[in-house]
Amino acid sequence: MHSFGYRANALVTFAVTILAAMCSLASLSDNFNVPTPTADVKVLNINWFQKQPNGNDEVSLTLNISVDLSSMFTWNTKQVFVFVAAEYETPQNALNQVSLWDGIIPSKEHAKFWIHTTNKYRFIDQGSNLRGKDFNLTLHWHVMPKTGKMFADKIVKSGYHLPEEYR
Amino acid sequence: MGWIGESVESIRSLQIRHLLTQIVSLGMIVTSALIIWKGLMCITGSESPVVVVLSGSMEPGFKRGDILFLHMSKDPIRAGEIVVFHVDGREIPIVHRVIKVHERQDTGEVDILTKGDNNFGDDRLLYAHGQLWLQQHHIMGRAVGFLPYVGWVTIIMTEKPIIKYLLIGALGLLVITSKE
Repeated sequence: MHSFGYRANALVTFAVTILAAMCSLASLSDNFNVPTPTADVKVLNINWFQKQPNGNDEVSLTLNISVDLSSMFTWNTKQVFVFVAAEYETPQNALNQVSLWDGIIPSKEHAKFWIHTTNKYRFIDQGSNLRGKDFNLTLHWHVMPKTGKMFADKIVKSGYHLPEEYR
Repeated sequence: MGWIGESVESIRSLQIRHLLTQIVSLGMIVTSALIIWKGLMCITGSESPVVVVLSGSMEPGFKRGDILFLHMSKDPIRAGEIVVFHVDGREIPIVHRVIKVHERQDTGEVDILTKGDNNFGDDRLLYAHGQLWLQQHHIMGRAVGFLPYVGWVTIIMTEKPIIKYLLIGALGLLVITSKE
């Protein structure tokens, strides 16, 4: 009855149960955090804007991104993945989301920063619809926990406008 | 002499009953594991509700040996989500982040481009030859939850099959020999 195997089994089962309970509690505690992020994205320059030989429009932008995501961090946060995407509608597509820049924030100390950058990923349309196009820039974040549920949300900045002519 | 035969007979029948009970309880363990897995498949809507991260392409977010819980809802795929997808001609599914989405106006079909957080370029080199976008049917699920290290058990078992057989053998032996 009280053999070695029996006791070892009971011990391991108990340890795993406690560990699972603590992981779930850590994940649940994230819900008590009410984040107050701030973000500002500016398009400083249209570097060039052209039609590719295959007919797709491509544009190169210079962006200024300043964010404060330090309120995202709790004790269960491993890192926050942040990215800026251009979002717009075309006659062909109900939604186009093109990621322009992204970064990984490893800790709370690095969560308030600004960056001056050209688009990291190519801003290419499916077709030739970008001349004179209005688009939104959305700052998305994706909170990756040490354990448990992942969170994501975004701030939408609207009112950006591409030039009428290629340059 | 009759009573000896009788007692031998009773012991033998006892052993057969014991053996049968053990087989049944072993079967219960196996089937309940199967029920849990299939139940999770129904709840999450994903053909594999739990996946183990096998590569370092999503580091430092996901390391090798971490496990992810997948969910496949009706919601359309959006940029920034971490999805698990199949590529034609590759057996092992890949866990990467969506960086571009183009959703059709009329049909609602989506073109998706993915990238690993730790990789330099996007995933077009990983896709089938000539494939530029992923479609909805390539996606197995999106990651919603995360648990570190637990997946090492399966990695070790697939890479060192001897350990797997030893473990299964030991467990089987334990079940068959146990008295309770």
